[in-house]
Amino acid sequence: MNRPVRKVAIACLVLFAALLVNANWLQVGEASDLKTQPTNGRQITERLERERGSILAGDVEIARSTPSNDPYKFQRQYPAGSLYSDVTGYYTLFTAAGLERSQDVFLSGDDDRLLASRVTGLFTNKQRRGGSVVTTILPAVQQAAAQALGNRKGAVVALDPSTGAILAMVTSPSYDPSPLASHTEKTATGAYGTLSGDPAQPLLNRATQQTYPPGSTFKLITAAAALSHGRHPDDRVAAPDELALPLSTVRLPNFGGERCGDGETDTLTHALTISCNTAFAQLGIDLGAETLRQQAEAFGLNSTFPDFPLQQARSVFPTKLDGAQTAQSAIGQYNVRVTPLQMAEVVAAIANGGTEMKPYLVSELRGPDKKTISRTGPKELGKPVSSDVAAELTTMMESVVTSGTGRKARIDGVAVAGKTGTAEHGTDEPPHAWFVGFAPSDAPKVAVAVIVEDGGGELSTGGAIAAPVAKQVMQAALDTP
Amino acid sequence: MTRPPIPLPPLRRPRSADLTATFAGLPLPQGTDLPPYRRRELILLVFAGVLATSALAALTFADIGELSLGIFSIGLGFFCLWALAHLAVRRFAPAADPVLLPVVVALNGLGLVMIYRLDLAKSQAAKQAGTHIPPSAAQVQLVWTLLAVIVFVLVLAVVRDHRKLARYAYTAGLIGIVGLLLPIAPGIGTSINGARLWLRVGPFSFQPSEVSKIIILIFFAGYLEKKRDVLSLASRSVLGVKLPRARDLGPVLVAWLASLGILVVQNDLGSSLLFFGMFMVVLYVATERASWFLVGFVLFMIGAVLAHSLFSHVQVRVDGWLHAFDGDNPSSTSYQLVQGLYGFAAGGMTGTGLGEGHPQKVPFANTDFIMASLGEELGLTGVMAILTLYALIVLRGMRAALGAKDAFGKLLATGLSFTLALQVFVQVGGVMRLIPLTGLTLPFVSYGGSSIVANAAIIALLLRVSDSARRAPEPASDAPLFDPGAVADSPTQVVKTT
Repeated sequence: MNRPVRKVAIACLVLFAALLVNANWLQVGEASDLKTQPTNGRQITERLERERGSILAGDVEIARSTPSNDPYKFQRQYPAGSLYSDVTGYYTLFTAAGLERSQDVFLSGDDDRLLASRVTGLFTNKQRRGGSVVTTILPAVQQAAAQALGNRKGAVVALDPSTGAILAMVTSPSYDPSPLASHTEKTATGAYGTLSGDPAQPLLNRATQQTYPPGSTFKLITAAAALSHGRHPDDRVAAPDELALPLSTVRLPNFGGERCGDGETDTLTHALTISCNTAFAQLGIDLGAETLRQQAEAFGLNSTFPDFPLQQARSVFPTKLDGAQTAQSAIGQYNVRVTPLQMAEVVAAIANGGTEMKPYLVSELRGPDKKTISRTGPKELGKPVSSDVAAELTTMMESVVTSGTGRKARIDGVAVAGKTGTAEHGTDEPPHAWFVGFAPSDAPKVAVAVIVEDGGGELSTGGAIAAPVAKQVMQAALDTP
Repeated sequence: MTRPPIPLPPLRRPRSADLTATFAGLPLPQGTDLPPYRRRELILLVFAGVLATSALAALTFADIGELSLGIFSIGLGFFCLWALAHLAVRRFAPAADPVLLPVVVALNGLGLVMIYRLDLAKSQAAKQAGTHIPPSAAQVQLVWTLLAVIVFVLVLAVVRDHRKLARYAYTAGLIGIVGLLLPIAPGIGTSINGARLWLRVGPFSFQPSEVSKIIILIFFAGYLEKKRDVLSLASRSVLGVKLPRARDLGPVLVAWLASLGILVVQNDLGSSLLFFGMFMVVLYVATERASWFLVGFVLFMIGAVLAHSLFSHVQVRVDGWLHAFDGDNPSSTSYQLVQGLYGFAAGGMTGTGLGEGHPQKVPFANTDFIMASLGEELGLTGVMAILTLYALIVLRGMRAALGAKDAFGKLLATGLSFTLALQVFVQVGGVMRLIPLTGLTLPFVSYGGSSIVANAAIIALLLRVSDSARRAPEPASDAPLFDPGAVADSPTQVVKTT
């Protein structure tokens, strides 16, 4: 009877071997996968107990950790309330968003670049501390943008065209991250429930995570394609009062039934200045969908910006367009969709002599001892238009502000270039009001994109609603030394 | 030509470690000279006590940042508790395996410290929330441990010869089945977490299937030992597989199917799996027919498929196992499992250290998911050590079975050891997502009274079998093996000592 007993013993050993192998696989092989599961709250809990690094805008701490008298030892605070929440995101007991999420490894002190301070920490028996993240945000510009937008739904992005550094990013409605960071579970989940259930979507970063139809601001891209393909700003293009769309019974009118030029043709510059729909729709048909798409993709549509630390939605220029759809797309309607950040990058590229710089939000990483560990430098993303075309577009955009639809963006003593947009979306809702532009147009310091959702109407166009916001943001940026 | 007389084996001298027995006023084992098994056991027991005490010290240091003499006295108390069991082995099973008891004590100590650690987390959370602090599970478990030691001593004291158990095989079968039915009885039965498996008396709840498991195994082993010749000889060949006559296998089949049926209806998947495996292994060892394993496996698969299609709670378990991570937020069916896996992952290679992790995030952290708690705070190192301890118990039990001189002892020891191995596999494998999760306790470690009491009885029975296996064969009664006087009286007689 001993033979079967031995076999049973071996079977038992096999069972234990299976458990041992499984334990190794689980705790070593698969551990890092499990740790990064979105539903795994442990990682965050463990890090809540450390002194987390600050997030700064200039010298201003926009997120910081202060000692607290509960088991988590440190409380995350957002001193400016909702002002910077689109940049910082939030940091709760269970999850994180925004820079708090994407820079978590550094902020929590787990980054390998903080190794030196960690090693000394081992010997001094101090708790591991996180490093600080310095953003490119300028508090004055951020404040001006938030003030100018007020409580209207929308987004403002301002960036430095020569570097791609983001100077301001405000979206509205926004939220105060402080209750979310509460260590009282009820407060935190209650606040999260209210915010995530709000139909106005305050948790959404409209500047990067939301796409909108660009409307007439897309005419800049259509114009860029035309100028790159042998057209000249003074060339006269067909600009009828109504355009019969190919293979369609729909007739495309101008905004408010206005007349461009002489009712037959118009110069490119004038068509852009008064935002003539028929001229650009016809121009789009002439250039072809493929040319438009290539130009749009050169500016960054149909992709997202690389290494950007916030979650992004992809801006889209659709493919397989027929003639009518091409005409619609050329004036930023049909299925063209862009994020405000994407439109800011388009004007920034024009401002920067045709060279598009990679947008960035984090300028510097600092150790717990405040020493700089790494610094982000400007990087070129591409050259969507030549410097000649960029100069021609700049002149045309100046004319929009001096004598066209964007007059409300004028700043005394400073040359401003811009383009308005009034983007239709849905039949019942009022259109979105857009303004994109930069200043000073001869030596650009700031490029902006402003959208006010549902802000337009028959009388209140992008020029009336969005341009004044852009003006205040640009003014604030120019006033900042 | 006469050979010089073979020198007598040295007489057993009192050894220092026997002091415990002397103090307790227990007589030293008489008769056969034994290697110092009990001294080895005592030394190992001291190690187990030191292990539990250091674990408690590490936990206390992590919790309040200082150590007190109290920890030492608690450790000493824990050691003394199990030293009672050691004294009983000294008295009633002096030749038994010296490794089994200390390994059990080490596991029990780690379990108690982990249960206490989870108590601390609970009371801290209650303090923070301003609610009533829940009663200490560790205290209740300590009472159960005391009860387990008493049961251990009683089993060793009452069952002086395990072969006598075989006489009560049929009675055992009946008692086992009645025990399984008890929780269904109104008044004393209680449902916990959707399964009606418990008896409740005051604050203590008891799961009779843990004890029924042992009693029914005694029936299986006793019955199959008597019938094993008939079973392997008088069989008909069906489809190339030799099957026994129905009247030979009938009673045991009926008992087995009845217990399986009761358990499946009671929603106790883990126990039904244990009963099935236990029966198959005892049947295999009794008849040495591997082909029956095949039949058993096919039966198992059919049963598993049937259970899956008939019972929604089985579907929930299988679904939670296969699709644990599906969807952004694991549904309630796999929530516990996934939280347990996160615990293992958080522990990594060396663990967070006792008191430094967050095992309380896992539901049922001190019962079904205690392995995840240990995995988080002691790491892979701790998990492998604990699994090795279990493997040691199982192999020592198998060793007792190999050495046993009677078929019933072999069947009993193999059945008990295999059941323990299967229980650890199903339990830990379920928590580690190797197999679907079934509600079983981790022997000696999990919080739960019936589990530790029943497993203490298992160890006592294994020690009993081991004791009889390790004793030198009793000298034949008619003539002494070696009698110097007899040799002196009859000079022509040649002494043979083969």
